[in-house]
Amino acid sequence: MPTSSELAVVATNLGKRYRLGESIRHDTARDWISGVPGRLVRRKMAGRRAIRPELWALREVDFEIERGDVVGVVGRNGAGKSTLLKILTRVTRPTTGSLRGWGRVGSLLEIGTGFHPELTGRENVYLSGAVLGMRRAEIARKFDRIVEFSGIEHMLDTPVKRYSSGMYVRLGFSVAAHLEPDILAIDEVLSVGDAVFQGRSLELVRRLAEDGTTVLLVSHNLGTVTAFCRSGLLLEEGRLTAHGPIGDVVRAYGHSLEAATGRTIVERTDRSGTGRTRLTSIRIDAPGRPAGEIATGEPLTFTFEVSRRARELDCAFSIYDASGNLVADFASSEPSPLDVPFDSEPDSEPGVIVCEFDELLLMPGRYRVDIRLYLLGDLADQVDGAAFFTVGPGAVRGRPVRGEEVYGAVQIPHVWRFGEVAARRSGARLP
Amino acid sequence: MTVIEATPRGQARRPFAVEAPRQGVRGSAERLREVLESRELLIFLAWRDLTVRYKQSAIGVLWAVVQPLLLAGAFTLFFGNLAGLAHGNTSYALATFVALLPWQLVASGVFTASESVVRGQDLVKRVYFPRILIPLAPMAVALVDFCAALAVALIWLVVAGPSFTLAIVWLPAFLLLAVVTATGVGCLLAALNVRFRDVQLAIPLLVQLWLFCTPVAYPSSVVPGPWRTAFAINPMVTAVDGFRAALLGEPHLHLPAVAVSVTVAVVLAVVGVGFFWRTEDTIADVI
Repeated sequence: MPTSSELAVVATNLGKRYRLGESIRHDTARDWISGVPGRLVRRKMAGRRAIRPELWALREVDFEIERGDVVGVVGRNGAGKSTLLKILTRVTRPTTGSLRGWGRVGSLLEIGTGFHPELTGRENVYLSGAVLGMRRAEIARKFDRIVEFSGIEHMLDTPVKRYSSGMYVRLGFSVAAHLEPDILAIDEVLSVGDAVFQGRSLELVRRLAEDGTTVLLVSHNLGTVTAFCRSGLLLEEGRLTAHGPIGDVVRAYGHSLEAATGRTIVERTDRSGTGRTRLTSIRIDAPGRPAGEIATGEPLTFTFEVSRRARELDCAFSIYDASGNLVADFASSEPSPLDVPFDSEPDSEPGVIVCEFDELLLMPGRYRVDIRLYLLGDLADQVDGAAFFTVGPGAVRGRPVRGEEVYGAVQIPHVWRFGEVAARRSGARLP
Repeated sequence: MTVIEATPRGQARRPFAVEAPRQGVRGSAERLREVLESRELLIFLAWRDLTVRYKQSAIGVLWAVVQPLLLAGAFTLFFGNLAGLAHGNTSYALATFVALLPWQLVASGVFTASESVVRGQDLVKRVYFPRILIPLAPMAVALVDFCAALAVALIWLVVAGPSFTLAIVWLPAFLLLAVVTATGVGCLLAALNVRFRDVQLAIPLLVQLWLFCTPVAYPSSVVPGPWRTAFAINPMVTAVDGFRAALLGEPHLHLPAVAVSVTVAVVLAVVGVGFFWRTEDTIADVI
């Protein structure tokens, strides 16, 4: 047993219950009052105890995280990952149990937290620093470093409403980075910013971890988690089902995702989005081949059925390899002239969306598909691990792709030419 | 890119625990301690509100003075001159302006505090600090405005008012009464507003009704003697009369009425802050 001086976070019987009636906010008293008769009736029928639908976002979670560990928190949507981070950052309190920790908790959710657009960069550094938990003296001591790191010295006395979004994020990030937390909580899905910025936050994570900061990282990209984390926590429906070296946890997550596909898509509840349209089935097959027989270089068809079709519906899906790395992403929102939209009037009837590959260029192996549906730009449905498929050996343009030793993630159609050294030409263009 | 210098860590790691909320006296004591520890953040939040307000306005701090002056002017014209209300030996205008000092403090404090949590929800959902600082910060801003208006009142008194009496030493006590009342009501409404946005719509009406029940535009002597004590259920009655007594030397305060007002103010503060604390842990879940 590690002593408390070596521990960073200890969760004991941690549980968080949301009463569904409460989490739906009442914007006006009318909503609340109009719900009273229903509540009274239900209360009567249930005798003395009112039965309210409730959801345990976390249940009986116990773990210990050692100081300086870098922990990836993985699990499907709604498994309780974000709730865990919210409790760690004290934004919300658990219903049962406790989470104890040692030191200051920071999170990169807080980029620009407390910034006020009317205030200057200088004023906002102080304000944001105070909101994040720094003392005035501490901010004053770190002020020069914060400004230098952000690279916006020349704009320091300009209101941040005149900043470009990049400058805004840089300054906010710099303040958060100088909080120098003992425990850092990051939710990659929620953290704002472009790819460059995301890269920078990961760089910061790496450096803080080297300095001995304990890190909890929530990410959908298992590749990132595997690359950055030493150990992992796997949450399934609010319960902790694996805790150990990151490789083992990612594998366990993979198995749990596959186990979920035993249920039909309709039965699955681990989904997010508004629900205005739902994925009801998914089929992956190679035309003219027996079901499930998929090979590199062959055509492949993805068929998605949705509960409600509409002209403003967009479909996107991502393919991940067995280690959880994102291999390819497809989105109908980026149209091609060859695409065929729904032709009929938008209505509430079910619809079918088909995505065709002329040639599957994935190397042999096991792959996972995550699907997202968007209605008018809003996420309507998201199912991670909606389907799995195995690609067998095949051939790309006649060149065999074998299954025994697989190098790389994709095959690219190509041609080799061997010849004599010709007179020097500019470039390496093929004739 | 410069490298962030790491400060030595280890010794200063303070333990913390996140648990199910603890209610009752012990829970309140913990929360109170936490509020006292984060007083620096309270100052920062109040400073932000003040700075932002004066950056956006052309006449800045003058607003804190112009508002009660204009109100006092309007009351003087309609109630003092046309309806003929009077305050013993003091000019109606001065008596009204003095009454507006605590009234404006409470009205603007309650008004801004009640909408503060919903306005600041972005902060509440992303970072932890004692949530009660959010409705307390506008109260601090209202106090700054109060000081500006008080300065004008003192100048007015020196130039044209009755001479100061020893009663002025009671002024801080009546100020405290107003602050306690405003804190209780402000916190209560701020917490309610998180759940029912109606509160925001009802507040202007509520503040207006409250003004009618408070002897700002009229002297409290218009209320018949036997009803004085009942009238003082509104703590602002004693706050306003107290300000007049401390600065103008009249009216005389009745001890039972003062006792009723103080009791009600304390109850309001305990209920308001208590309700806020009871609900503050779920603000991020329901907002």
